[in-house]
Amino acid sequence: MNDLTAAFGLALQMLLTLDADLTEIVGLSLRVSFTAVGLAALLGLPLGAAVALYRFPGRRVLAVLLNAFMGLPPVVVGLVVYLMLSRSGPLGVLGLLFTPGAMIVAQCLLVLPIIAALSAQTVADLREEYDEQLRSLAAGPLQRLVTLLWDGRFSLLTAILAGFGRAIAEVGAVMIVGGNIAHSTRVMTTAIALETSKGDLALALGLGIVLIALAVTVNLLALGLRDVARPQYA
Amino acid sequence: MVNRRSLMAGVVLATFLALPAWAQEKSIVVASTTSTENSGLFGYILPKFEAASGIKVKVVAVGTGQAIKLAKNGDADVLFVHHRPSEEKFVAEGLGVKRFDVMYNNFVLVGPKSDPAGVRGMTDAPAALAKVAAAKAVFASRGDDSGTHKKERGLWKIAKVDVEAASGQWYRETGSGMGATLNTASGLGAYALADRGTWLSFANKGDLEIAVEGDRRLFNPYGVILVNPGKHAHVKAMEGQAFIDWLVSDAGQKAIGEYKINGLQLFFPNAKKMGS
Amino acid sequence: MSPALSMLERAPARPAESPTNPSAPTRTTPILPLRLEEVCYEAGGKRLIDRISLTFGGGARSVILGPNGAGKSLLLRLCHGLIAPSAGHVSWAAPPAIAVQHRQAMVFQRPVLLRRSVEANVAYPLRLRGVGARARAARVAEALARAGLSALAKQPARSLSGGEQQRLAIARAWVMDPEVLFLDEPTANLDPAAARAIEELIESVHRSGAKIILTTHDLGLAQRLADEVIFLHAGRVRECKAATGFFTQPETAEAEAFLKGNLTW
Repeated sequence: MNDLTAAFGLALQMLLTLDADLTEIVGLSLRVSFTAVGLAALLGLPLGAAVALYRFPGRRVLAVLLNAFMGLPPVVVGLVVYLMLSRSGPLGVLGLLFTPGAMIVAQCLLVLPIIAALSAQTVADLREEYDEQLRSLAAGPLQRLVTLLWDGRFSLLTAILAGFGRAIAEVGAVMIVGGNIAHSTRVMTTAIALETSKGDLALALGLGIVLIALAVTVNLLALGLRDVARPQYA
Repeated sequence: MVNRRSLMAGVVLATFLALPAWAQEKSIVVASTTSTENSGLFGYILPKFEAASGIKVKVVAVGTGQAIKLAKNGDADVLFVHHRPSEEKFVAEGLGVKRFDVMYNNFVLVGPKSDPAGVRGMTDAPAALAKVAAAKAVFASRGDDSGTHKKERGLWKIAKVDVEAASGQWYRETGSGMGATLNTASGLGAYALADRGTWLSFANKGDLEIAVEGDRRLFNPYGVILVNPGKHAHVKAMEGQAFIDWLVSDAGQKAIGEYKINGLQLFFPNAKKMGS
Repeated sequence: MSPALSMLERAPARPAESPTNPSAPTRTTPILPLRLEEVCYEAGGKRLIDRISLTFGGGARSVILGPNGAGKSLLLRLCHGLIAPSAGHVSWAAPPAIAVQHRQAMVFQRPVLLRRSVEANVAYPLRLRGVGARARAARVAEALARAGLSALAKQPARSLSGGEQQRLAIARAWVMDPEVLFLDEPTANLDPAAARAIEELIESVHRSGAKIILTTHDLGLAQRLADEVIFLHAGRVRECKAATGFFTQPETAEAEAFLKGNLTW
């Protein structure tokens, strides 16, 4: 119980004093996760929409895989990315291992199925409504995909936020491919794991509280923006 | 249709990607153990080395087994661990250039204050473990193929206790790092073998205290090895060797000796004089 | 049923050359007449459209009239190419090389509006066709003005009233300058004032040179708009003749019953 109260105190203190180490770690966490989610969205939104819109061989299998991979264990993703990026692996020459770049790749892979599967659902729902009209307007396959993604933008934001939540909160993958190197690849979650293993539970929990506050803030901002814009368009 | 907006999003994203400063300054990756990182030793000595050399040291702190694996794959420039037989094998296989003694400390057997196995104050570690086994007192093992784990298994062997058979009963393998294992021991009121460095810096001791120490078989030497650039051409041999040279130099040895927690020295430098 | 005939088969009223696309040579070839030959459509084991043969020539306002469930919407979708016939052929006069889909438009009973502004909705088909930004802006402004929606240009489309939404859907179709405009029950669910505005707008589209083919079960609308009437009942064309003749001298019992308001099914 002492640790709990101490944790809140520490979290507050770290936030109020803008502790230098903390801001560095928070900054890297945000940079890595935003970039990973951005990339995953860039790939996952069209992928999900394609699964929802087009008929192609292997579509069913892909849809099932995307859904199944929403629960991909981060450690496994981390391990696979490690083996790919290791100097002894096929992509070793890139020298990405133990850099933020490797963490971005791992989180991107982790988040991609979530964004793709959720956007497939959103686009499929929207397609029900739009399909005849778009065919009447002679929209091409690519045009239909872009139209549905754009018109589904407010719902798709939820998919992206789900991906962001997953990325910012996972520890298994970034620990393996980032190495939790101080001032280099240490992010919120690996710092929490480190402080836990040092037995400094109050500090670990304090960092955890900061992480949750961060996730809540990002969600509030995004959803707030959406709610300002959406009522008129929905 | 979304051309202007998507273009803008693309530009923003590209900036984000380009921004990350993993533009390489002079740096090396050191695969090391959790005991050196978690004890705070690196946090104390690395800034001194970086100031002296201009080389940034990136420490990936994992178990000895995993650290060796990383080095073997060429994912680290320097290996800094504490299991001498594995280290010598690493060099013998040509994976590393040469092993240097750096420092040592020792292991301690920690346990709950109630001491259900009645081992407190003993100085014969294997005998104490035999008593733990006889009492079926709960023992938390790393179980992760780390240097500490390898040491612990060696001690059980001397004590002639078959822990495999007791696994899951009184012998609990956590399969995780030193800190996590100590957290478990603290929660279970279990005995555990820990390196003194991690133990001293561990903040969640709870009911745990040192039960057995001082056995020379609890000696815990650390060695440092440059990964063989002949095996992995990208290994930063110059910078890596500079780090090793500094560790065994008077300056490095002094820094290691200076590091204390609550006035207690954690690591004892023992490098052979240069040129030996 | 006698083979259908188009009462007013004459040269299209629209100018042969579109002012918005003067250089396109295909524009000189009209896509009409639209010919249906022995067209059937089946779903769930039921024949919903039964051997319909029809020819739609240019110019006239053709009204497909009939009670609910007669198959009016299906027939319109078959003509527009949204669904394929189970048997028979739907063909345009234009040679296959011409993209007929780009030269016709349809307004659905319930307008499907994009989740964008009013003007973005009108601009959308032009973007699909690669019309440049400047030409697009001019044509959008013109279409909005014709539909009386200029003041609402920046509004989100889905915030409009039902009548405004339907006018927007027509403006969006009109902006493409179609040779044929299909409308499915364009005034259903609208109050009389809004319906009146829609009818006037359809008139304007027709005056601009487009062939109008619309479905309705509303006798009043048919009487005001129709040049020719295709009376549909139970998936079959029962009568197809000039509007004046149809309303004064229906040939079939079903049409007579419908005109008297006795046929609701």
